Amino acid sequence: MNLAYRDICHNLGRFLLTCLGLALLLGVVMAMIGIYRGIVVDALTISRAPAVDLWVVEANSRGPFAEASRIPGDVREAVARIAGVTAAGGITYQTVEADHQSRKLRLYVIGYEPTRPGGPPEIVEGRAVVRSHFEMVADQASGLVLGDRIELGRNTFAVVGLTRHQVNSGGDPAVYITLGDAQKLQFDLGPPAARVQIARGTAGAGRDTVNAVIARLQPNASVDAVAETVRRWKHFSAITQAEQEDILSRSLVDRARRQIGLFTTILLFVSAVIIALIIYTMTMEKLKQIATLKLIGAPDRTIVLMIVQQALALGLIGFVLGTAMILAIKDHFPRRVVLEADNVAGLGLIVLAVCIASSGLGVRAALRVDPATAIGG
Amino acid sequence: MPLNGDPLVRLDHISKHFGTGTTRVDALRDVSLTVYPRQVVALLGPSGSGKTTLLNVIGCILAASSGSMALDGERVIEDGRWLRSDLRRLRLDKIGFIFQFHNLIPFLDATDNVALVLRLAGKDAETARARAAELLDYLEVGNRRSAMPAKLSGGEAQRVAIARALANRPRIILADEPTAALDSKRAGIVMDLLRKVAIDQEAAIIAVTHDEKIFDRFDHIFALRDGRLEADGASPA
Ligand SMILES: Nc1ncnc2c1ncn2[C@@H]1O[C@H](COP(=O)(O)OP(=O)(O)O)[C@@H](O)[C@H]1O
Ligand SMILES: [Mg+2]
Repeated sequence: MNLAYRDICHNLGRFLLTCLGLALLLGVVMAMIGIYRGIVVDALTISRAPAVDLWVVEANSRGPFAEASRIPGDVREAVARIAGVTAAGGITYQTVEADHQSRKLRLYVIGYEPTRPGGPPEIVEGRAVVRSHFEMVADQASGLVLGDRIELGRNTFAVVGLTRHQVNSGGDPAVYITLGDAQKLQFDLGPPAARVQIARGTAGAGRDTVNAVIARLQPNASVDAVAETVRRWKHFSAITQAEQEDILSRSLVDRARRQIGLFTTILLFVSAVIIALIIYTMTMEKLKQIATLKLIGAPDRTIVLMIVQQALALGLIGFVLGTAMILAIKDHFPRRVVLEADNVAGLGLIVLAVCIASSGLGVRAALRVDPATAIGG
Repeated sequence: MPLNGDPLVRLDHISKHFGTGTTRVDALRDVSLTVYPRQVVALLGPSGSGKTTLLNVIGCILAASSGSMALDGERVIEDGRWLRSDLRRLRLDKIGFIFQFHNLIPFLDATDNVALVLRLAGKDAETARARAAELLDYLEVGNRRSAMPAKLSGGEAQRVAIARALANRPRIILADEPTAALDSKRAGIVMDLLRKVAIDQEAAIIAVTHDEKIFDRFDHIFALRDGRLEADGASPA
């Protein structure tokens, strides 16, 4: 006869309600962890997309994401000629706002050369950009669908392919267009400004400008050696992929990450206190029954088991319910929620530990109960 | 009533005090009493006279400050010290408790409330439930065997509680105001049942009571005043 189980059945409605409350709380904790992981993953996504080893950017800049960087497009040829480099591509990044179906879309426009590194890592629907003019691969997060037409700058682009999970560190969905189109979008001035430039005699300057040149190396090539070569040219900085990821996760999203990290910690702490309170209260309500059990001769083991089993049941059901809930809704969040198995398992272990620790409080109270209190005055 | 057999409960010069110095309360002073099998005895006295304390000492819930006690032939307290460490096991085997309020476990039905103490004593589930059913029939609440305690009337609940007290066939049954929560008719029924148990199981029954309407149901009345036993072995009028 399992006392924990029988007690739960007797107050089933209340127990399940408590589990549900706990599930909601743990669901929120998990959502926060997911959002935290999501921010980190999103921040790295764009830098990982081209799968390159080296970023060549403007001298003394930590670009192209954390700081602005502009370099001449022809640097690409120089980089491509360095020993150990298998492929190099010029790339541009810019955020634009476009009107689409009477709403504003913030897009992160990536300009790349279709035959060189820098394109979308995978296309889930449609095809890649093949023509240099006004074709676009967009991320699903933008809400754009195949065949959509959207105006960027003075040109209209057609959506020919879709990617998944490609957003920048601010959560803006990426769109890929050819480098040429992107350069026109980024560096071409409107007619009035252009006339001013022509009057000054500086027209055409910066026409072939990119934000970075990315390079893929041979598997056995030393990334540091190539970086060193680039640095000797004086006008450029070379950032390895590892350094780039470090810059992104440290400086770019650092505050957001710490903010959410701290909040998650507080939430975890609050959950622990609430679980402890629930279990302690559950035990305190049963003190008279526990005194009776002791009086009629139940060993401590029976009483401890009852409390611990109930605590574990509460924690387990709350945790499973909370996980199911968050898995069901996580894709409806405006930004990515990344739930990794090890994070979920980690939270599960924490909940389990909290349950056992807080049933310790209840057990302590229960073991102290004087069986004489069952008899009463 | 013939006093056959060895005494089931024997207290020699038991004293019990709480606190020390100015806060010292002498709850029991030099109490000696003997109860034999088949006896149904009452503990009587004003509030605070030490009745519950005496019951707790006999029930091995409370340590005595001095004196000796033997239960069912086994010496349990010697000079105010326990001779056994597993008091809960001792209670499980030798003593049945009946409370003023039935104190049934609210989440177990009538049968399982009784079966629980049998399970605690090591009986398998089948045997425990069978014996529980038999006991409930014996106490004439067999028809309520699947009812939860909250659904039982006061008299029914008290009978289930008595069934629980009897489950492991203890020979010492302690009751603290077992009929206080019942009307006189049901109080009479409960007392008759206890009497039946005392005879059938060769048990000693010690009940604390204030209840004048059941005084005539006892073989002996021990009156307590300020922790002292006043009328050792007096028979009811
Ligand atoms: N745990 C305790 N601590 C201190 N004093 C107690 C305790 N239990 C009982 N007493 C005191 O011992 C005396 C006898 O109490 P009790 O046995 O409960 O009397 P009764 O049951 O006859 O009303 C009372 O004065 C009571 O205040
Ligand atoms: Mg009392």
